[in-house]
Amino acid sequence: MTTIDSGRSTGPGPGEAAGTPVALTVDGRPVEVTDGATVLDACTAAGVETPTLCWAANLTPVNACRLCVVEQEGSRTLVPACSRLAEEGMVLHTDSERVRHSRKMVLEFLGSASELDQAPDLARWSAHYGADPGRYGPAGATMDEEVRVQDDLYIRDYDRCVLCYKCVEACGDDAQHTYAITMSGRGFGARISTEFDVTLPESACVYCGNCVAVCPTNALQFKTEFDLREAGSWRPDDQTVTRTVCSYCGVGCNLELHVQDETIVKVTSPDDHDVTSGHLCIKGRFGWGYVHGR
Amino acid sequence: MFGAGGGTSSYREIEETDVIVLWGSNAREAHPIFFHHLMKGLDNGARMYCIDPRRTSSSRFADAWLGLDVGTDIALANAVGREIIANDWHDRAFIDRATTGFDHYRAAVEPYTLDRAAAITGVPGEAIAELARAYATAEQAQILWTLGITEHHNAVDNVLALCNLALLTGHIGRWGSGLVPLRGQNNVQGGGDMGALPNKLPGFADIVDAEARARFEAVWEAPVPPEPGLHLTLMFEAMERGDLRAVYCIGENPADSEADVTNARKLLADLELLIVQDIFLTRTAELADVVFPASVAWAESDGTVTSSERRVQRVRAAVPPPGEARDDIDIIGELARRLDYDWGKPSPQDLWDELRSLSPLHRGMSWERLEAEGGLQWPCPDEDHPGSPFLHGWLWEPDLGGRQPAPFSVVEHAGPIEELSDEFPLRLTTGRALDSYNTGVQSGSLESPIRSGDTIDVSEADAARLGITAGMRVRVTSPRGSVEMPARIDPGLPEGLTFTTFHFPELVDVNQLTNDAWDKRSGTSEFKAASIRIEPLAAASPGSGPAAVVDGSGAGAGG
Repeated sequence: MTTIDSGRSTGPGPGEAAGTPVALTVDGRPVEVTDGATVLDACTAAGVETPTLCWAANLTPVNACRLCVVEQEGSRTLVPACSRLAEEGMVLHTDSERVRHSRKMVLEFLGSASELDQAPDLARWSAHYGADPGRYGPAGATMDEEVRVQDDLYIRDYDRCVLCYKCVEACGDDAQHTYAITMSGRGFGARISTEFDVTLPESACVYCGNCVAVCPTNALQFKTEFDLREAGSWRPDDQTVTRTVCSYCGVGCNLELHVQDETIVKVTSPDDHDVTSGHLCIKGRFGWGYVHGR
Repeated sequence: MFGAGGGTSSYREIEETDVIVLWGSNAREAHPIFFHHLMKGLDNGARMYCIDPRRTSSSRFADAWLGLDVGTDIALANAVGREIIANDWHDRAFIDRATTGFDHYRAAVEPYTLDRAAAITGVPGEAIAELARAYATAEQAQILWTLGITEHHNAVDNVLALCNLALLTGHIGRWGSGLVPLRGQNNVQGGGDMGALPNKLPGFADIVDAEARARFEAVWEAPVPPEPGLHLTLMFEAMERGDLRAVYCIGENPADSEADVTNARKLLADLELLIVQDIFLTRTAELADVVFPASVAWAESDGTVTSSERRVQRVRAAVPPPGEARDDIDIIGELARRLDYDWGKPSPQDLWDELRSLSPLHRGMSWERLEAEGGLQWPCPDEDHPGSPFLHGWLWEPDLGGRQPAPFSVVEHAGPIEELSDEFPLRLTTGRALDSYNTGVQSGSLESPIRSGDTIDVSEADAARLGITAGMRVRVTSPRGSVEMPARIDPGLPEGLTFTTFHFPELVDVNQLTNDAWDKRSGTSEFKAASIRIEPLAAASPGSGPAAVVDGSGAGAGG
């Protein structure tokens, strides 16, 4: 048969009607978003940049870090922008004394217990709010552990972990549904762990690296990046990022090839592309060595 | 199917469907990111039925696993069809308006009672009835499959048996309902779309259609042969007869991937001329008279590939090719020049625009749109067209959009060609593992911490009977060949069934075992059903050979 579809078969998916508009005020500016949008969306729509840490576009908000809090008139407590839904008539303040004070202390607490020098966004916000982690006395509450290097794919540096839950979410309900890791312990003993702290190959881990991709502090880090950093030759400013399509199965996952000195040094996926939403499998994320004859 | 060579549905649809029937596919391992979309569907409340001889990692997420015997898919599908009709769950209005041949179909499936199907397939009748009820009474339902359906001697009949179920229930041509073959290679869809089929021109124009040929001849300024060519399996038969003496092989490794590979290698080696164009010196390339080193299509070249949801997407050069490697387009152009045809130096976009001028499916996909819109799904007939998330909406139009109704097909159960015997009493089926790919030429360098290598996976019952322990080296013998490999005990396998991957041909030459009996219509060999016997050699010493794990999660199914 030579018949082809003329395109008349095209139909829209259901449930794509435009949402109801919601009007609110951010820092004195009126702004309109659609029903279902968050306070964070409203801030963005108002042109206000909001610091986030545990939030990501491709994950469900878990309200772990409280960095994004804003002040809502009529609300006793500050509200997390990332998860609170925008409501008609809300009056929000993102730069009040309470908000600045809260964000500063969150950054100080995190900085006093974790190494944040590979989290450029946090360094920028710390400077912005004048955060001084040292004022809580000498650092000493970091895990102070050796970096865990168990294989050639990724490393775990617990000293950098801020317990934001992103890796747990990506491994679990939000993407991979593998559930290899979760939080264990309490207080200063809290940490991300496999079951009974077994090694990764002994755990349910399938090495998709989706936890690494969402980590905001480089506590989880691609081994290629780790090795280059150790050698003092990791130069993000000299890297190009090229979008292409994975060479393995027929799903058509979009890849971002990070290239330095004509060599691929890292592979990620754009979280704004609806095939992957930023997630990949072990082959797509790690299986590119053959391009360079490895 | 129904005149278009592509899956009907978008990934986004499975997130919103009600019933998912995963048939002969271990998508959890073979299509992991598609499985993310599928999991969203399950999280949104969809029910899933997995039909696979093995209890795969995908089936762990299912509401029910129907563990049928290898090669009994048609008996199961026909029984589902009979059960739907017997309970009056079929969509009479849809059948009357949009299909033909229902009465023949109904008569043909009548003998496939639940009892008879249970006897053939090994699946309990209640489970078949439950699948029929769930599928037929769902508002939206999809059937998805991969090589568990197509790597059989009656592959086309298997697919038609599934198409019948969609026609019976109207689960086709609507958002969320469809028939979805998941593609195993990153551009196997695009290759077919571009005419890399022996009977098709780009855009699925028929090569025997003189009018279609004339359109291409006008642009190409050369005659197009009016007869269909040979597909891979027929090529090997032609080599066997001595009719085919020169082969130009681009990006394929048949010296490792063909069923009954010993014979395939001999035929390739005996050719008068073998040219191989590849990014690796594969085992096929080692047999070649001439090797053209090519650049890596997705990282060293610009172009397009097309995915399982018919989405055309751009690939882009990010790094320069090594040494003398060149873009495929350059190599082919240079070869043409040496044969006295100067095709100039067309860019990938030039070639794409020529394709658009000839293929109405792709006409609206300008290079700029492909860049800006993150890919487009065919058909996309003009530049204002948004692309098509799903196919065959015409089946729901009152006049069928002026087309012929879709025919039911009468298909009968026919088990694997190679029956089990006293000499070869075990069934061998093959498939993929999560962290490896085909003959391993790409994935071999990936240092995967979860890789166990090619093992022969056996059921607990067979292992106990044969005295096989985990990690023990065994000899596996089929009527065609014999290999040694380590054993792994998989509680997800029923008695009598064994499984292996085929990712390490340098270590274990699995395709010495597989059967090259093939479907005359699709050209696909019956990789899924060989007969073998297993003999223990010696218990593995610690640290020797790949580790064997007693766990059902490591190895993957049908590609």
